[in-house]
Amino acid sequence: MLRYISKRLLYMLMSLFLIVTATFFLMRAAPGGPFSSEKQVPPEIEKNLNEYYGLDRPWYIQYFDYLVSIAKWDFGPSFKYKGQTVNDLIDEGFPVSFFLGMESLLIAISVGILLGVIAALKHNKWQDYAAMVFAVLGISVPSFIMASILQYFLAIKLGWFPVARWESLQHTVLPALALAATPTAFIARLTRSSMLEVLSNDYIRTAKAKGLSQGQITVKHAIRNAILPVVTYLGPLSAQILTGSFVIEKIFGIPGLGSHFVTSITNRDYTTIMGVTVFYSILLLLSVLLVDIAYGFIDPRIKLAGGKKGE
Amino acid sequence: MKKRLSILFSLTLVLSLFLSACGGFQKGNESTGEKGKSGDKTADVPQELRINIKTEPFSLNPGLANDSVSSNVLNQTFEGLTRIKNGKPELAMAESYEVSKDLKTYTFKLRDAKWSNGDPVTAKDFEYAWKWALDPKNQSQYAYQLYYIKNGQAFNEGKAKAEDVGVKAIDDKTLQVTLENPTPYFLELTAFYTYFPVNSKIAQKNPKWYTNAGPDYTSNGPFKMVSWEHNNKIVLEKNENYWDAKNVKLTKIEMVMVNDTNTELSMFNNGELDWAGMPTGQLPPDSLPKLKEEGKLHVQPIAGTYWYKFNTEKPPLNNVNIRKALAYAINRKAIVENVTKGEQIPAMAAVPPTMFPENTKGYFKDNDVEKAKEYLKKGLQELGLKDVKDLPPITLSFNTDDQHAKIAQAIQDMWKKNLGIEVKLENAEWAVYIDKLHSGDYQIGRMGWLGDFNDPINFLELYRDKEGGNNDTNWENPKYKQLLIDSQKEKDPEKRKEMLKQAEAILMDEMPIAPIYFYTNTWVQKENLKGVEMSGLGDVQFKWAYFE
Repeated sequence: MLRYISKRLLYMLMSLFLIVTATFFLMRAAPGGPFSSEKQVPPEIEKNLNEYYGLDRPWYIQYFDYLVSIAKWDFGPSFKYKGQTVNDLIDEGFPVSFFLGMESLLIAISVGILLGVIAALKHNKWQDYAAMVFAVLGISVPSFIMASILQYFLAIKLGWFPVARWESLQHTVLPALALAATPTAFIARLTRSSMLEVLSNDYIRTAKAKGLSQGQITVKHAIRNAILPVVTYLGPLSAQILTGSFVIEKIFGIPGLGSHFVTSITNRDYTTIMGVTVFYSILLLLSVLLVDIAYGFIDPRIKLAGGKKGE
Repeated sequence: MKKRLSILFSLTLVLSLFLSACGGFQKGNESTGEKGKSGDKTADVPQELRINIKTEPFSLNPGLANDSVSSNVLNQTFEGLTRIKNGKPELAMAESYEVSKDLKTYTFKLRDAKWSNGDPVTAKDFEYAWKWALDPKNQSQYAYQLYYIKNGQAFNEGKAKAEDVGVKAIDDKTLQVTLENPTPYFLELTAFYTYFPVNSKIAQKNPKWYTNAGPDYTSNGPFKMVSWEHNNKIVLEKNENYWDAKNVKLTKIEMVMVNDTNTELSMFNNGELDWAGMPTGQLPPDSLPKLKEEGKLHVQPIAGTYWYKFNTEKPPLNNVNIRKALAYAINRKAIVENVTKGEQIPAMAAVPPTMFPENTKGYFKDNDVEKAKEYLKKGLQELGLKDVKDLPPITLSFNTDDQHAKIAQAIQDMWKKNLGIEVKLENAEWAVYIDKLHSGDYQIGRMGWLGDFNDPINFLELYRDKEGGNNDTNWENPKYKQLLIDSQKEKDPEKRKEMLKQAEAILMDEMPIAPIYFYTNTWVQKENLKGVEMSGLGDVQFKWAYFE
């Protein structure tokens, strides 16, 4: 186990290095710079700015400096927000994105599994159809449309929640729901199909023959085995929810990190692009690792191979 | 198995505990508490304003700011020597001023004013702030706004010393400013944020004073900043130390950062904002006709022009008659009514009517297809072409945006129908686009210009030099250039205006640009909100605002 994890960590470091390098060169290859604007700055001022940010130095020095500063977890000053460093942006934005992401994940996992289980247990009955109609809607309606629908009905028409902003727990409900809609539906479908498969297995019939109640069978035997595909999906999902919340953050005016992920590119805010990319890459790599480790806990048949097979 | 399940449950429990302790949420609690505390104590209408400023400001240091978001905050918190009211500069930090005969030296007497922390505002604070912005070490992107001051540019380019710059604190209350040229709009400039003072005592001690709200963030305007949650919200409160505090009625301004036009309007409709739309925010273009119908929409023309630039070195646009044909064959009224829908004014001139009122008419007729055809014929002859079909397709570029795309499609259609000219559309992401334009890698491209100060020179000087940073058209005309240079030295305002008019006439005859429309500000507001001051430049000031 320990050997497996350390090996995986080593791979992670290598991937990270590749990501940093690729981002650095792709970014510099893009036309335009951080100071290009409608009102062009006079050349002498641009020269001062380039000097200040070290953009006048040769690329290999910039690249090397950058690697060193990343190793020290110092992403440098933001070009777009004077007086703020990229570390500030991450420190302030990430907890918000994380909170929103976790809230949506909790909704998606709990509601999704519940719906999937109900649909499987009530196979071909109205509960099944209702759950699947919901799932189809959730998958096919894009999150920004879902956001507008929620805003219109729950905030403006019914007045239950505020339209936007990030102030109290109440403010988090609509964005979390909008963000959770698609994964909820996806998880519901995954759970339903794997539950159906599991329920047709021999050991379920054995359990029934032993006289266990439907509830006991479902909780103890079926869900546990049916959940594996869901767990597989959780790794990329958590990364996707944490990084992909840009649209939701924009619509609801949420001060998360998602907006920096996108706007820093249009702004050619080099340091922020790099910082946020590195940060999210680590997050993605970690979440994939966690999911792999979680497999072993859920299904003991899956062994985490460290070196030799079957170790 | 039971053990494993319980591990899973306890993990969930730990996770939920962690979540409830999470930072983002706690922050929210604090601010709701704050709201409750500062609630309405008087029986009157609460004087608390909530607006949207879209994004995090670039910088709230007047010397570093270079964008409208920052200026919308700074205009409330700081104050320059003058302040614009009803379109004219009126004395603000300055109590009086004298101008020398050659109009090059201004001597300002400051009034007794205090910073928000109680420190007196001195002439030295002005000298410090202006020299700080001009100092090449300090990366002020708007330092060139101070180039009117003697040796300002030289100092910024490292060719002169700080002592040579023409701004001096004679004593605590006297500020002497020497200019490069007699600048008739100098008083207007002193209301601009780059000319705001900075509390030199604090700034010298703490170079990062402007990055967060706190005891070091002091300002001298009607409002002071009490909280700044980056990317989320700025809260201003009335500055009791402000010299004119008795005329400030709002007790609090909450500026939220929501960068979505539909959400902004929804928040206004839901009573979460008191103002939606320009100049601090923006309304979705599609909502404008309905809001107008309901009588809710406010519209005000501002000093800005949307125009197409012609690259005068790329054939066939190097031919003036072709350029004119293209410019005359645009139906601006149709664009304004059907595409932009914000009651913009069709532009047949370069300088907005807020500066030259007669420019609502302009130099030529809108949608003059007959004339356009004549010019096209002449142009084709000059290029040695028999028919318009021999003209190679022209590329029209714009940056990625719905509105720009729609305008470009409409104009493409007009040129095809009216003149038979084939036009290809090409859009690019903003940074790529601006790079192409500035490097001359385009044929026709869209651009807009919003005035920094209320004087025609601000629009005309863009095309003075071929190499000038914002020209892009590669056009230069010696007579035009001379008129602008001479106008800088002209002391008689009438004569000066005449010179600028002549220059504009040349620009509209040579057509390196085709103006499309003059910008307007469109917004909705709570009807009981009064006294909001909007300048012709489209800036907003809440100093005199109140709820009825």
